Parts: sequence; C-alpha cells; structure tokens
Amino acid sequence: MAAPLLELTNVSTHFHSPAGRVRAVDGVSVSLEAGQTLGLVGESGSGKSVLARTIMGLLPSYAEIPEGSAITFDGQNLLTMDRKARRAISGPGIGMIFQDPMTSLNPVMKIGQQVYEGMRHHFGTSKAAGRQRAIELLTEVGIPQPDVRIDQFPHQLSGGMRQRVAIAIALACEPKLLIADEPTTALDVTVQSGILDLLQREQRDRGMTLILITHDLGVVAGRCDQVAVMYAGGIVETGSTRSLFARTRMRYTQALLDSIPRLDRPPHERLKSIGGRPPNLITPPPGCRFAPRCAFSDAQCESAIPPMQADEADATHSFACWHPRDPEQTAEEVA
Amino acid sequence: MSQVLLDVRDLVVEFPTRKGLVQAVSGVTFELRRGETLALVGESGCGKSTTARAVMQLPRPTSGQIVLDGDDLVAAGKRDLRRLRRRFQMIFQNPIASLNPRKRISEIIEKPLKIAGLMDAEKRRQAVEELLETVGLDPAVAMDKRPHEFSGGQCQRISIARALILEPDLLICDEPVSALDVSIQAQILNLLEDMKQRYDLTMLFISHDLAVVRNVADRVAVMYLGRFCEVGTSESLFDSPAHPYTRALLSAIPVPDPTVTPKPIEMIQGDLPSPISPPSGCRFRTRCPVASERCAAEVPEMRDLPDGRAVACHHPLVGA
Repeated sequence: MAAPLLELTNVSTHFHSPAGRVRAVDGVSVSLEAGQTLGLVGESGSGKSVLARTIMGLLPSYAEIPEGSAITFDGQNLLTMDRKARRAISGPGIGMIFQDPMTSLNPVMKIGQQVYEGMRHHFGTSKAAGRQRAIELLTEVGIPQPDVRIDQFPHQLSGGMRQRVAIAIALACEPKLLIADEPTTALDVTVQSGILDLLQREQRDRGMTLILITHDLGVVAGRCDQVAVMYAGGIVETGSTRSLFARTRMRYTQALLDSIPRLDRPPHERLKSIGGRPPNLITPPPGCRFAPRCAFSDAQCESAIPPMQADEADATHSFACWHPRDPEQTAEEVA
Repeated sequence: MSQVLLDVRDLVVEFPTRKGLVQAVSGVTFELRRGETLALVGESGCGKSTTARAVMQLPRPTSGQIVLDGDDLVAAGKRDLRRLRRRFQMIFQNPIASLNPRKRISEIIEKPLKIAGLMDAEKRRQAVEELLETVGLDPAVAMDKRPHEFSGGQCQRISIARALILEPDLLICDEPVSALDVSIQAQILNLLEDMKQRYDLTMLFISHDLAVVRNVADRVAVMYLGRFCEVGTSESLFDSPAHPYTRALLSAIPVPDPTVTPKPIEMIQGDLPSPISPPSGCRFRTRCPVASERCAAEVPEMRDLPDGRAVACHHPLVGA
C-alpha cells in the first residue's frame, strides 16, 4: 500500500484566551491516501475549520500547536518546516477554498489577476501566459464569458460564480490536496449541487485528493470515500462512507443522523433531538466529551476517555465509544 | 373547512433602488386557515422573507390586502395597527442579533406586555417566568442575564418566548432554524411544534430547507422571483411536484444516504435573473427544462388542479 499523502498524528491546536486555554482541536489522528475524498463533518465549534487551518498553516498568533503533534504531507512534516518552505507548499501542494466567497476574494483586484497571482508567484509564469491560463480555468469551472469576467471585480458576480472563481484560484497551482471548508454553506441548494459536482469532477480528472468540510451529512453521503465525524475537538468516528452510514457505531454520529429532518418522513413527526449543547472547550468533561448529552452514558463514560477502536467487520472503520451501538440492530428494534 | 385567519390578496412590495424599482413581491395571494402551518420556500432573493415582513407591516406593502381575522392590516391606521399587532408576532433568523444585547432577558420578554399596557409589574414577572419554563429555560438562571450569555439555540428560545407572551394567533417564523446546528435545530423545531399545540398557533414558516419544511408544514407555497409557482399540501407537493421549479428544488437536496447517488439537478444552471427586469411571461422560463414559446409570451395564471393544489405553469408535470 502506498504511503498516505496526508497523515495527521495526534494533532492538537489550542488557543490562548483571557478565560484560559481553548482546546479547539485535541489529539486528532487521521490519514488520507492520494486521490481520495475525505468528508470532515461536525457542528459549529467541533474544530473542523481549525483543523483545516492547522493543516494550511493559517492559524492566528495566539494559537499553539503542542509538542507531539505531527502533520506529514507528501513525506514532509509541515509543523517543523520553516516559513519559506511552508509557503512553497501552499498552492502547488495544498490549496484551500473558504466558506464565504464574498470575503475570501480580494474586492479591489480583478478576477483574472487573482487567478494567476499564485502561478506567477510559484512558477514565475508570464502575465500573458497567466492570463491565458486564467481564461482556461474560468471556462473549466463553468463561468460564462470568461474573457469578459476576467477583467471584472468580485462584486460583479453572484455568490455561486464567486465560489467558482475561488475554485479556479485554488486549482491554478495544480494542488495535490484541496481543502474545501464549507464551500456551499453560504449558497442556495440549487447552486450547491453545481459547485459540489464541479469539485467532484476536478478531483476525479486531476487525481486530486480532497477534504470536504461540511456540517451537512447529506453532502458527505453521496460524494466522499471516507468520512470523519468531529465532536468537541476530536474525531469520534471515521471510516468508509458506506460503512459509517450503514454500521454507525458511535452514539453521537447516530444521534446526529437521527436529528436530521428527512424528506421521506411524514409531516409533524417528532424529531429526535440531542439535549443540551456541546461542552466548553476550556474545561472539557474528563471522560467522553459527548457523555453529558448521551442517552447511553454511565460512570465509565464520565470518567475515562474512550480510545479509538476498530469495527469488527471493517478495520478501516473506527470509533471512540464505551457503549457503541450494535450495528446489526435496526432503528425499529431500538424504538 | 376550518376558518380563514389570514387572507392575503394581490400583495405587491416594491423597493426603490438606484437602478430602478425592484418588485420583490409581485402579486401574491394566499390564505392561512386557523391552526395550520403554511411554509414559504424558495431560493434567496425570491421574496419569501419580504412577503413575511409585509404581513408584519415591516415595512408596509406597496399594495394589496392583508386581512387578519376581519381586520385589514394594510388599511389600518397607526393606532389600530399597534392594537392589532398583539395578534401577530414574529421570530427571526439570527436569534442573537434579534435580541437587544443591553437588556436583561426578563426585560426583553416582558416588553411586549408593557407596550400593550397589560398586567402590573408583579403579574408580568410571573408571566415571564412561566413562559421561560415553557420554552425550556430555567427562569431562576435566565431572568437577569443578557443575550450574549446564551447560545444561539437558547436565544431562539428567548425569541420564541418574546413572541408568545402576548398569546398571538399568528406566528411568523423567518428561517428560525437556519442559523442553528442540526442537533439544536431539532430541539427548536420540536419546541415550535409544542408551542403550536399549546397556544393554538397558526404559523407562516419561511425556510429554504425543504426537509425542515416537510417536517413542520401542512401546506407549502413555492416562490420564485416574487411570484408563487405552486401551493399545495406538503404531501402532494413533495410526492409529485407539479411545477418544474418545485421538482428542481427537490432534486437539489442532498440525501444523507451513501447508497443514493446524487442526481443532476433538473434545472438549467445559471444565475437568478435580475428582479429589476424579470423575464417576460413565466419568470422561471430562462432556467426551465420544459419551457416553450408560450412561456415567454404569456404569464401563467395560478390554476387549481384536481387534487386541490394550485400551480402557475403552462406545462405542469401532473394533472395537465
């Protein structure tokens, strides 16, 4: 088996705040092979965006990555690199797309320039060649009249079009890994599927590796090979998409799936909500972080952190739970 | 048939802009029967929130009739409107921004009672405490705190309490769960359902999320560029959409099941046309896969289908 393109080992990111140390990401280990799509799912504050920024090296100055964390990308440890070497990786190595296409683009720079800026920086591409390539990229991401759009500013485009431009910018340097942080959350559903289709197509055509960060399990289900579910700074369950949905083990993953309103359910059906809210990350609960909200928790859950363990049927599927769900049991039996 | 509580006829809302007049809502007509939940769905910019705000008289609509239980809100004078406002209240999308950050929770919730001139201070306090309990917050803890000390979900509970303290007949919910996480969203949807039973509420529910709408609504109205495309019971509309736009919206929803491969959306990709100069005839025709010449020439009128729903389309997908 080939070495993974990206391997995170015990990665933590802490923020210093006046109230204390916030453990935004706490001991995350995950690996991703080249050409795969990983869906990183979690609610707000679960640490998924901070994890993405940690990989990208885009953390604010008050962030700290404790000793013992390692991020290996393409054989190199990103955390021990100097700034210059790290910078050379952003772009041709790892590209990123952000949630809000209104604010992630430069409002006073023409679109074309934003697309070829990275190529000029990394490869010394000439202006004329960069412009030509920008038109090709804008065409590829589905922007009509690219030769006109290239000289326009972001405010002249709709939200969906801006996100396509952001994708073109990220693709310009041919990254091996693309991190898309909630790329469709700010967009309408009808625009969402177009953007997701585009990302999927580019991923396939370029053999690119993709991390798709989302809070929407529906987005992950149809489009990712592998899923990692985050809760309160840690990964609580990960595995192949099929196995994770079909043999859900961790109680939080199941509760999250149960709380989604579904089109195939009758109107006014009572939703199975999760009581309470996610814990404070300055003083997280000592045991399982989901224990205070979990219907199955006991004394062990409250005192000891459950280790990641492999699912019996599928070794690539693992979860952190003291009282995992029996995957053979159907929903009807529980009710 | 149950009694009509809200009757909206030919509602038009226009806004002046530098580029000309924008008609955000172009002649919308609907009824809301007592005790039912009607959902307005559509993409951003379709006029669903503007319609809701027009019912609230915030701002007052350009033309049309909005009759709440016999009283025309559009024709009502300022004083009458203030008296009538007790009967229709609203909750908003951003629960934190919709609460005054400088006021205590007790002050926020009792304010409507004070404005309406109801009850003395002691009674008001009691009413606030009871309602906080009802919406799932501990009055002893919450009363003297300010909004920033609560999470988004808790702030939405406070907004719901503020809207319900006057025991309104009509509750307008503008994207009440869009800003919340899935696990919290389910709590608030369940709470709204409980409150609807307890206070005999009639609800106008605005959302862009069709799965949420499926859960809360009895009837659904689909809007596109300021007009209604289709209105019907939630079963009929979700099971067999009659308007191509309804079908497109439904096909775009990601299903949380890996065995379902995402299907291409049944709509021509492209941007929403400008509401300043909407397409002639049917406004959806520029993105509609079944549009014909007739669609460009003639505005489709709302017409009833045999199963009781209404659709504005020259080529409906069912019951043609």
